[in-house]
Amino acid sequence: MDARRESEPTPMKTQTAAERKSERELVVTRTINGPARIVFEAWTRPELFKQWWVPKSMGMSMLSCEMDVRAGGRYRLVFSHPAAPQPMEFFGRYLEVTPHSRLVWTNEEGGDSGQVTTVTFEEKGGKTLLVMHDLYPSKEALDDAIASGSTAGGMGEQFEQLDELIVTLGASAGLG
Amino acid sequence: MVQYVRAGFDVSFAALSDVTRRGVLERLGRGDASITDLAEKFRMTLTGMKKHVGVLEQAGLVSTDKVGRVRTCKLGPRRLEEEAAWIERYRQLWDARFDELDKVVEELKQKEKVDGRKKRK
Repeated sequence: MDARRESEPTPMKTQTAAERKSERELVVTRTINGPARIVFEAWTRPELFKQWWVPKSMGMSMLSCEMDVRAGGRYRLVFSHPAAPQPMEFFGRYLEVTPHSRLVWTNEEGGDSGQVTTVTFEEKGGKTLLVMHDLYPSKEALDDAIASGSTAGGMGEQFEQLDELIVTLGASAGLG
Repeated sequence: MVQYVRAGFDVSFAALSDVTRRGVLERLGRGDASITDLAEKFRMTLTGMKKHVGVLEQAGLVSTDKVGRVRTCKLGPRRLEEEAAWIERYRQLWDARFDELDKVVEELKQKEKVDGRKKRK
């Protein structure tokens, strides 16, 4: 019915919003220009997932991506970064997989302090509102994630650089 | 991202480099405490704890208030700025990621259209 509008180029870019909703929760929202069916596919098929999960600006590459997308199934993502001596692994379990509407998984690389991530897909007028909700086990776990920068992805190498920096600062300012 | 962190947060990160100081921030996140409380909790001398709190205070991560002989510590203004900055970096990461997702979805939509046309023929 909307054939003309569909064929037009779509420069529309919707805003990504992120906020700390509570002591234990982070929420990121974004509208994607496509039906939930397709957006869900891009989250759950490894060959598609690989194409977008690691944006170029992160400077990282994805070495492998295993995803057994069903309740109880496991996933494992391995990344490399030129500044990191070791590949970085992220892994966990899918708790809930409801096609085209909801994905829930655990993040277990950090042990017990990892968050549970829930993504909902809500279609409206051919677009999909994504709501990504991270629930941490405690306020301290989220505070720590923020203090260490761990959740921002690929921040491991920052800590090595940080260590160097601290040595330098310690020497020059007597800190530490 | 790294440059930004270096320029803006050198002192904070130096303050955060120490495990005791990270513990102190975590403890203060749960409520204010006196230097004496902190020294006991982390099993160190008052002088040692004062030094740690001093580093955190210099970084703006902690502020202290002395009433009588008791110095009470709480999270400082910098801690909140840092959180806001972190959330903004986090948002930017997801923004970049979702831009890529938008591209993938666009390609899939185009592909479906082409496939759909083929099927109809």
